Parts: sequence; structure tokens; C-alpha cells
Amino acid sequence: MTEATGDRDRSRVLPVGALTARTILVGLMVVTLMPFVTMFSAALAPSGTYPPGLQWPANPQWQNFVDAFEAAHMDQLLLSSTIIALGVVPISVLIGTMAGFGIAKLAPKGSTVVYLLFVLGLTLPFEGIITPLYYEVKTFGILNTKLAIILPLIGLYMPFSVYWMRAHFVNVPDEMGEAASIDGASAWQQFWLVQVPIARPAILSLAILQFLWTWNQFLLPIVLVEVPLERTMAGALGAFQGQWGTNIPLLCAGALIIIAPTVVLFVIFQKQFVAALLQGAVKG
Amino acid sequence: MALVDGHRSRQVRISASVGKRTVLVAWAFIAPAFAFYATFVLVPIGMSLYYSLLRWDGIGKAQFKGLSNYLVVLSESDFLQILGNAFQLVVYFTIIPVAIGLGVASAIRNHLGGRFGATARTVLFIPQVIPLVAAGIAWSWMLASNGVVNQALSLIGLGSITRGWLGDFDFALPAVGLIGAWVLLGLCTMLLVTGIARIDPNLYEAAKIDGATAWDEFRWITLPGLRQEIGVCVTVTVIAALASFDIVYIATGGGPGLQTTVPGLEIYRLAFAHRQVGLASALAVVLMLLVIVCVLPIQWLTRQSK
Repeated sequence: MTEATGDRDRSRVLPVGALTARTILVGLMVVTLMPFVTMFSAALAPSGTYPPGLQWPANPQWQNFVDAFEAAHMDQLLLSSTIIALGVVPISVLIGTMAGFGIAKLAPKGSTVVYLLFVLGLTLPFEGIITPLYYEVKTFGILNTKLAIILPLIGLYMPFSVYWMRAHFVNVPDEMGEAASIDGASAWQQFWLVQVPIARPAILSLAILQFLWTWNQFLLPIVLVEVPLERTMAGALGAFQGQWGTNIPLLCAGALIIIAPTVVLFVIFQKQFVAALLQGAVKG
Repeated sequence: MALVDGHRSRQVRISASVGKRTVLVAWAFIAPAFAFYATFVLVPIGMSLYYSLLRWDGIGKAQFKGLSNYLVVLSESDFLQILGNAFQLVVYFTIIPVAIGLGVASAIRNHLGGRFGATARTVLFIPQVIPLVAAGIAWSWMLASNGVVNQALSLIGLGSITRGWLGDFDFALPAVGLIGAWVLLGLCTMLLVTGIARIDPNLYEAAKIDGATAWDEFRWITLPGLRQEIGVCVTVTVIAALASFDIVYIATGGGPGLQTTVPGLEIYRLAFAHRQVGLASALAVVLMLLVIVCVLPIQWLTRQSK
């Protein structure tokens, strides 16, 4: 929508304006990309050296990426992160969608209060409850397992999930559901056959955001899981820095590998990502 | 026809919803989400409140201490400095991205179409998809003594002020703030650019005809038109600053001294390194309240007129 307006207006705006706009944007892009460029140039310097910030190495050491991949056990980390994301996102999206539907459409008495309780959690900093979470997870006997990250994250995502999905369902005209209920469809059938298909874009955005948050989650993994290889990629990066912090080329290569999966996914699904991030910020 | 049907069925639904079974089904939809939320958020909040009244090493017997932990958190100079650091970070995390974002949005109003615009959008969003930890590592390297920042400074003849920025007593906190500003800049810019494209272009044309200056346009059209978007940017960035952890943990570890220690990091240290669970929890409660106290007025101010 925005793009269309932009294109239409450009035809009648002075090219000088367009040029200024491009210059500014190029400047911003350079600032945004510079940290990655300098990491890349450092990653190609000989392992163990202290290279200058930005300089194409005379003899690029591509081997550093292989070494970092092995030193950090990236294959295991990828697997571990994927398992954690798969454990969190489907359940969180499903029960968040159900609750959003329940509160917006079925609206049993008292659900407003419950909804307010959810909203209260929207601004909660995770550090606020990380200490009790540690002892709780320990009591449940799941400390140092992937469940220690998966289960609390589902709970922590509920405020946003419910808020997000309720906002969607509130805007679906009542007639939609009623057409189904007059056919004698139960609430459960109405949910799956009518509401979920309409809600697909909202659900997709929610899933994308939660995947990103889970993949990049740092605090929970470092507190609740001692073994770096059982953590998310981001959590393991902390340990990797501790171990290889003085070997700049290797550290930079490792960090770039850890960044790669989300950036690749982002570039492939950029339209959905950008939409999700923009709306997510607005509604969050 | 649809309308008539809709009307009839609404009555059907209302009369049915009185039924006990319908109510049960409705709660069944809400219950799983609430169970997770209660178990892993509400109960821990309650536990934080309870722990904050104790003196407890996390293992042995706890001692009830009343509000004394809060007294320490709100009066001891180290804690005041840590809380102050969080507020200083707000200046960098919030003001820089919002100010630059506003400037950029005004300058490129409606020029973000086409392939170039799409590329710019993608690139500017990259900091939002990478882990903050990675941003911390990248910028530790940027700001290192022979990193790009110093390289650039030497290039323009400012070689005398180069230093290891994150290890410098005076510059470490601004340097951390800069990292946060970099992370949030793209998001704020895109939110504001998207917002400004929604403002009626005729308003600007009319202003031009009336001989308005660029400042007038900004002050009387852009700023009011972007009120809601600015509210979103400020909310998101203020929370990011007050609740910062990842970047600080990786880039400085809170040092040098306490110069860059933020509440999140101190909670982590107190609870898991120093085994002072009570004190950690009191700081946690203060942090949670602080975020709410800061965010509510922003929401109230910027959503009012809508």
C-alpha cells in the first residue's frame, strides 16, 4: 500500500528530492551494514591475529569459517535451536490464537479481567522474573533441559499472542462466525473451519515474530541451561565469546555463522517479516 | 439477506450463550493460554515479590527481612548508579533513533517506492532479526582500539581521541548506548517512514501554497500526524533501554567499574553469582514497576486523541 503511494507521488516530485532521499538512505544503509562488513573482513584475517577494523586481507582465510563452525559445534546448535523453536512456536501460536478467539468472540463473563491480566504482562522485562523462574524450573526437574527454555517461553509469549490475536478477531465481523453457528457448528468447528482460515495472515506474522524471539533469546538459555550445546544459537554465542573472545577472526566468523540463518530466512520472507515487525511494534 | 441472517443468529447465540456448556467451552479456549501464563509469569511475579522480602542465598534457610532490600536498592549509591545508567541509556536508545528517524522520514517522504526503497527497507531491518548478542559482538569489534570507528577518526584527523571506547571510563556507557541506537534505528525509521506516507499529501501542498517553511511543515503537519508512530517508537525503545541485558552482557560485562551496569545485569549477577536472591528480587520488582511507570504515560499521551 505504502509502496503504491510512493510510486504514484514520485512522478510529480522533483528529482532533486528523490536524489536527496537516496543519498540519505544509502548513508543509513552503510551505517547499518558496516558492523557486518568489518566482522567479515576480520573473519578472513589469519586466526589469532589482531587485524585492523577494515582491510581486505592479503590472504583471505576462508578456513576460519570452517574452524568456527567446528569449534562452536554449529551443527548441534542449529539442531538444538530448531528443536527449541519447534517446541515453542506451534504451541504458543495455537493456544494464543484459541485464547484470542475465546476472549474476542465467545467472551464469557469475566474474560475481560483475564484479558487485562494478559495485557499487564506486555511490558514485562524477562529479567524481572528470571530468578524465580530458575527455582521454579528446578522444582519441576527440568533445569538444564530444553524444556526449561521451551515451557517458560510459551508462558512469556502469551501476553503478546493473546493481545495480537484478540485484536485480529475483534475486527472479524460477527456475521462470519454466526453463519457457521446457524449451521449447528460447534465453537470448536467454527474456530477451525471459519476463524483460523481467515486469521492466517495474523497467525503467520505471530509465528514469524515468535520464531525470531525464540531463536535470538539469550537470557533464558544462559540462566536455565548450563550446557551451551543445549541452548539456542544466541545463548551459545555468549559461551563462544567467553571461549574465543581473544581470537578476533574466529569470533567474528562464528558470530557471522550464528547470524546467518535468521538473515537468510529474513531475506527469503522479507515481505512477511517486515510486515510482522512493523505491526508487531505497533501493537506491542 | 446476510444481514437478516446475522440478526437472527445473534439472538440464537445470545440465548445459547447463557447455557452452562457454552460458557465452559469458551473458558476451555482461554484456559491453556492462561495456564501457561499463570505458571510461568504470574506465579514467578508473585515469587519475585515474596523473595524480595527475604534474605536468602538460594540454598539455605531464608530470613524474613521486610522491606529492607528495597531500602538498599533505593538508597545505596551503587544501586542508584545502576538505575541511573538505565535512564541514561534511554537517552541514547530512544532519542537518537527517534530524532534520526523523524529527520529521515521528513526528508524522504514518499520516496521509498520501487526496488531501491524495497532494498533500503530490507537492509534497515537486518539489525532487528539478528540476536542482540551478535550486535554486541559486532560493535565490540567496531569500537575496539583498532576497530573501524577509530580507523575512521584517524582518517579525518581525529587520531588523538581514539581509544578502546567500551573500556573507557567516560565513554563506555555512551558507546553501549550507541549500539542500542544502531539496533533500533532501522525499526524506528521504517515505522516513521511508513507513518508519514499515510499523511495526506494535500496537507503539505496546501502548506507550501501558504508559504510555510520546512520547519512549519514539520512542526504542524508531520509531528502531529506521526503522533501515534512516535509513541510506538518511544515505547519500544524505552523498554529496550530499561530492560537492556544482552548487549551490555556481551559488550562490557557492566564495566569498567559499574559504569555500564544496568538493572537487568545486576539482577542476574546478584541472583546467580552473589547468591543474594532477596536483593536481586527487590531490584527485579523495582525494574518491573519502573518499566510500567515509564510506559503508561507515553501510551496515554500518544494514544489519547485517536
